[in-house]
Amino acid sequence: MKLNRRIFLGTGAAAAASLSAPTVFAAGSGKPRVVVVGGGAGGATAARYIAKDSKGEIDVMLIEPSREYYTCFFSNLYLGGLKEMDDLGHSYGGLAAGGVNVVHDWAIGVDRDAKTVALASGGSVPYDKLILSPGIDFVDGAVEGWDLSAQNAMPHAYKGGSQTELLKAQLMAMPEGGTFAMVAPPNPYRCPPGPYERVSMVAHYLKANNPTAKIIVADPKSKFSKQALFQEGWADIYGGMIDWIGQDFGGGNVSVDPVAMTLTIDGEANSVDVCNVIPAMKAGHIAELAGVTEGNWAPVNAADMSSKVDADVYVLGDSANQGDMPKSGFSANSQAKVCANAVRGALTGSRVFPAKFSNTCWSLIDTNNGVKVGATYEATDEKIAKVDGFISATGETAELRKTTYEESEGWYAGITADMFGA
Amino acid sequence: MKAIWPINVTLAAVMVAGATLASEDGDRERGEQVFRQCASCHEVGEGAKNRVGPHLNGVFGRTAGTIEGVKYSKNMIRMGNDGLIWTDRTLDAYLENPRALVSKTRMSFRGIKDAQERRDVLAYLRVYSDDPSNIPEAEPTARGTDHDLDPAILALKGDPEYGEYLASECQTCHQSSGANDGIPGVSGWPEEDFVVAMHAYKRKLRPHPVMQMMAGRLSDEEIAALAAYFKDLE
Repeated sequence: MKLNRRIFLGTGAAAAASLSAPTVFAAGSGKPRVVVVGGGAGGATAARYIAKDSKGEIDVMLIEPSREYYTCFFSNLYLGGLKEMDDLGHSYGGLAAGGVNVVHDWAIGVDRDAKTVALASGGSVPYDKLILSPGIDFVDGAVEGWDLSAQNAMPHAYKGGSQTELLKAQLMAMPEGGTFAMVAPPNPYRCPPGPYERVSMVAHYLKANNPTAKIIVADPKSKFSKQALFQEGWADIYGGMIDWIGQDFGGGNVSVDPVAMTLTIDGEANSVDVCNVIPAMKAGHIAELAGVTEGNWAPVNAADMSSKVDADVYVLGDSANQGDMPKSGFSANSQAKVCANAVRGALTGSRVFPAKFSNTCWSLIDTNNGVKVGATYEATDEKIAKVDGFISATGETAELRKTTYEESEGWYAGITADMFGA
Repeated sequence: MKAIWPINVTLAAVMVAGATLASEDGDRERGEQVFRQCASCHEVGEGAKNRVGPHLNGVFGRTAGTIEGVKYSKNMIRMGNDGLIWTDRTLDAYLENPRALVSKTRMSFRGIKDAQERRDVLAYLRVYSDDPSNIPEAEPTARGTDHDLDPAILALKGDPEYGEYLASECQTCHQSSGANDGIPGVSGWPEEDFVVAMHAYKRKLRPHPVMQMMAGRLSDEEIAALAAYFKDLE
């Protein structure tokens, strides 16, 4: 839906009174306003840092429909039985206490001429700078036979929360010796090692609870993140349980039937008990509504994460087309800090420092068997460009893998404190 | 078991062409005197046992935190798992300022500031590790480089406001509260320890791949800025 700017009459009290629904945001403070859409790793971090560092000089509003945020990162550990759902939930109370005006609502449109964001509950809010961090949505028709109406029969579980719980319930209800299928996504997508960590965690659960079960992965790619590390672990720990069918073997030629519960790979139908369909992804829909996307993603300038089509709009995290960084919670959090520093500088004249970005993704292959990959990045005129990186090695000692896992727990505690305020 | 050499085997300082190893140009006899302050916690020599600290036979080339039955700090075990091996240069750095190399080490020892004393005590300990002349390729003979930081680097005045911005990148993992849930806190670190530690990562003296990468792209001024910010963070 494209909003008509004429429905927004301005921000004054008189104008607000003339609308059938009241504007949410009381006008007239005179302070610069930042509106952040999406309260995940990018948006929550940006809102928190701008509020914290501007010390009241900037009004910061965060628009996020969920009252409790369930992280997508670490949700595979919940599937594997190593974390509880409660471990993944975070409230927005810390942000509110830190001076962020947290509004639980959906942003349903952006009028970039009037510089307002429309809310599902009615009314609109004005901004001087708008930060969009809406995560991902799925490309329509990406997997033949699947659409959002099928997500209960064949969950994606690629946004944290209820979908993750659904997939876990289906995994636990699998018949003895049943088949768990995954349709993996094409590049680029959120959390490159995520599907393969999920396969590992599903295998971990099945090995203990349903050891004759099978896992099939249909993958449109011919290679994937940390492939050597995962495949080493799959062979050593879950020998024979996991059948990965890459592009070369028809893994990209798939269709599903959510009623018959079949997955057809390269013309061959497989009857499956659980089917985790992770379709091709695109920027969260609000980015498209705001008119800042080109193709599936929103192009941004590397120096400050501002949109290439509107200098007053910034796009963070999964939705952004920024260059070399993987789409991850860590990346979004890293980009948010660069953006927060730039936005604050633009609105209050505070010092703006050079952009520095980094990312590390930990994955768990089995209990106490963690691996990681990471890199640092810099802003060039063209894109966010990789500077240096590392990856765990195959054949590492059990002690190092355990330390890596413990480190990932430290990271989880760290990033969630950094996003939501300790 | 590695060869145990009698301490009085030779007192002549061995010169290697070019740079010398700390343990080779030290005086073993003087080192034995220096070691007395260590001896209440560490034994070395024939029949040495673990006491409060691990025995030090074969310490050169040993992975940190790996002697069975010793109660190490979490960080020492971590550093060992990350690949910290006791060599001439890592031991020299550890002895100079234990906490700067291994944060929160259980070794409550202020360190030996005098470089010659460190060379002496390392020369003494070397007697109880494999002899470098026997195994030229092995770790104990790996050429040490002087870890001492240029005093000009230590004297840099950091810009704490820039440090606060840079620190936001650290705080994705290192909680500003200083809590350790698997990644140690760095808030409130003494400025000099912080600078020495970050340069140790930058020079790959400290073993962790993420930290080597993060420190590797920080300038001297940026490390100083971070140190200036973190020292006052409660």
